[in-house]
Amino acid sequence: MTNSIENTGSENHNRQPDTNWREYFSFSTDHKVIGVQYMVTTFIFFLIGGLLAMIIRGELLTPESNVVDRSLYNGLFTLHGTVMIFLWIIPFNAGLANYLVPLMIGAKDMAFPVLNAIAFWMIPPAGILLLSSFLVQGGPAQAGWWSYPPISIQNPSGYPINGESIWILSVALLGISSIMGGVNFITTIVWMRAPGMTFFRMPIFVWSVLSAQLLQLFCLPSLTGAIILLFFDLTFGTNFFKPLQDGDPIIYQHLFWFYSHPAVYVMALPAFGIFAEILPAFSRNPLFGYRSVAIASFGIGLVSIFVWVHHMFASATPNWMRILFMVSSMLVAVPTGVKVFAWTATVWNGRLHLLTPMLFALGGVVMFVFGGITGIMLASVPFDIHVNNTYFVVGHFHYIVHNTITMAIFAAIYFWFPKITGRMYAEGWGKIHFFLTFIGANLTFFPMHPLGLQGMLRRVSSYDPQYQGWNIVASLGGFLLGMSTLPFIANMIGSLLLGKEASYNPWHATGLEWKTSSPPPKENFEEIPVVNEPPYNYNDRSLEAPEAAAQE
Amino acid sequence: MRKIFNSLLLAAFIAAIMIIARWIGHQAYSWMPTQATAEAKRVDDIFSFLTSVGAFIFLGITGIIGYSLLTCRATRGDWSHGHPARSDARIEILWTVIPTLLVLWLAAQSYNIYQQLNIEGLSPIVHLHMLEEPAVAATVKSDINQLAENIEVIAKQWVWSFRYPNNIVSNELHVVVNERTRLNLHSQDVIHGFYIPEFRLKQDIVPNRNIDIVLTPTQTGKYRLRDSQFSGTDFALMQADVYVDSSEAYSQWLSQVAKRK
Repeated sequence: MTNSIENTGSENHNRQPDTNWREYFSFSTDHKVIGVQYMVTTFIFFLIGGLLAMIIRGELLTPESNVVDRSLYNGLFTLHGTVMIFLWIIPFNAGLANYLVPLMIGAKDMAFPVLNAIAFWMIPPAGILLLSSFLVQGGPAQAGWWSYPPISIQNPSGYPINGESIWILSVALLGISSIMGGVNFITTIVWMRAPGMTFFRMPIFVWSVLSAQLLQLFCLPSLTGAIILLFFDLTFGTNFFKPLQDGDPIIYQHLFWFYSHPAVYVMALPAFGIFAEILPAFSRNPLFGYRSVAIASFGIGLVSIFVWVHHMFASATPNWMRILFMVSSMLVAVPTGVKVFAWTATVWNGRLHLLTPMLFALGGVVMFVFGGITGIMLASVPFDIHVNNTYFVVGHFHYIVHNTITMAIFAAIYFWFPKITGRMYAEGWGKIHFFLTFIGANLTFFPMHPLGLQGMLRRVSSYDPQYQGWNIVASLGGFLLGMSTLPFIANMIGSLLLGKEASYNPWHATGLEWKTSSPPPKENFEEIPVVNEPPYNYNDRSLEAPEAAAQE
Repeated sequence: MRKIFNSLLLAAFIAAIMIIARWIGHQAYSWMPTQATAEAKRVDDIFSFLTSVGAFIFLGITGIIGYSLLTCRATRGDWSHGHPARSDARIEILWTVIPTLLVLWLAAQSYNIYQQLNIEGLSPIVHLHMLEEPAVAATVKSDINQLAENIEVIAKQWVWSFRYPNNIVSNELHVVVNERTRLNLHSQDVIHGFYIPEFRLKQDIVPNRNIDIVLTPTQTGKYRLRDSQFSGTDFALMQADVYVDSSEAYSQWLSQVAKRK
């Protein structure tokens, strides 16, 4: 890997990678380097989070608690959730957006390159800090990723440095990193667009990043505030959330979900953006209803701020609040539906190329429809009261965060791999990866729905034998899902070393990132492009002969 | 001619998925545990309804995508464009208005069923910090007098205990079939959750708050109470037996426990 990049880099300044491999381990301020740093780092955390999940599924293979002890089990699911959300999806999306947004809007870099690098470099130490809690006395935090008090401030180990305090510190650091990213993305998108790149000529991916990052800026402080108060309660003996000393644990739940519900959309919106890039490219159609899809991104962001109480229907939530938040939660379906219908109409009557990114995108959309429908069900108060905190919720949630968002992330990796590395990935291996993932994902997460309907609670380390059948299916699916990353890793490393060289625009796609070399030169473009056509212009004949277009 | 044929095809598709969706919605009842309270039936009704609507949408969208996958494949290397349509205002308005109406309908149905559940015990929660006053008294409704029993449920890490009117304490929950029972939920440490799947009811128990739920069991038998809100190390073990008894069996059990005491 290192040789090919170094050699070609020195031979051809413009068309070949001109980033020395050492830069990827340095405090580089190039948004592309930072983007790759984010994506590779977070993928390592994804593998760690996945391993934790496989231990969890190993434990749940049998009704008894026999693989790990109960407190370690609690630590495992707490860290699995935390790693996957705060160290995989959110920062991976930040990395992808880091790489793509300046290219897509025709900018040379992000608005604040140094801030950008600082934001990234907070992530590895925060992640290592979090994982180090396996080594402290009493083990990692055991209160679940939402860390509700009073359970989270019980501190069973009795030590001042304990799993929970490390958890709080780590999540706070990751939050600060996200805020830095948010400021940077919003400034970049608002101020640094190329001439002619009006808001309604921006790719949907950029729209979705803008909406997601606005949510980060607006809602994240609520979580940071909540966990700082939690830290005071845990370490300094304050009583913000201690019910027996006149504190109120429910206030924590409100503060927590005020961020953590919108966080779902911080994760999902970029995934929707990815679908909107890939489906038109491989259907050879313009994105149907571009304007409404763009506005729907904002609509989703806006409505999602007013739905947080649906996580608390079974908490001490009064009736009026239950009803109000039931209606607002269901309303999210409207802008989300607009997106789904637009994707479907884009695929309809197209000329479909079922290459790996397209397979991941279509698979993700189909599973998103399923997850969205169960989401509406959960918004319905009477039904939610039955399945709240059961595996039905776990199933729904994973259909969104894994089967939609992680599928979209894989779609994105394959789609932009040629652009980022200058080489093509191996299509056959990509398809194997897709089918293993798609089958594994459904085998793992579908059985959770019947389990939840039957009343199996989440977070249990042992369960009644009546639930074993579906649990075996889910566990075997989970192991398959774990294995499915192996062809992916092999493909990525192999293709980076030996892959065929990629052209400017192997998918004959629209978008400014496809008009510069693969990989793009420093500062992205030979000269700043001028945009004078609508996005997703798949009617453009020149796209059918992209090599010619690239030479222009 | 072709247009008529296409319309007929579309109509047949919609009719087919409607029938299948309705059938799936009907099946939904069998995915649920036994209905052991009056409330359970209503919850299952809303679930069946949501499943029908959901199945219709899921089949509709995947049907269209699946049809495209089968019939609209490009030949390798053919990167020419598909259809040139960018947008169609009528379709876009339609697919915004219809889901909005649909969602409002779903919300109305859910609200309706929620009202029928009549979980009156939750209303006291509005009076949060008024713990000095008896919270139940603040919200007594006319039918409280008709409640057969008022049982106190005490949760602590990781045991359930139940206090009955004549001050009898047990680790088993006994309630009388077909009689409304009020449960006063208390926690002595962290947040626990009261959940019996067959009853379809769930309520978090927040320490230092008086929270009640009211239920009417309709089927005698033995059920299992579980802690639904994660409560620490032995969370999974925090279970208790629940018996729905006939009123004779209930009084018999009460006197037995009293004797043992």
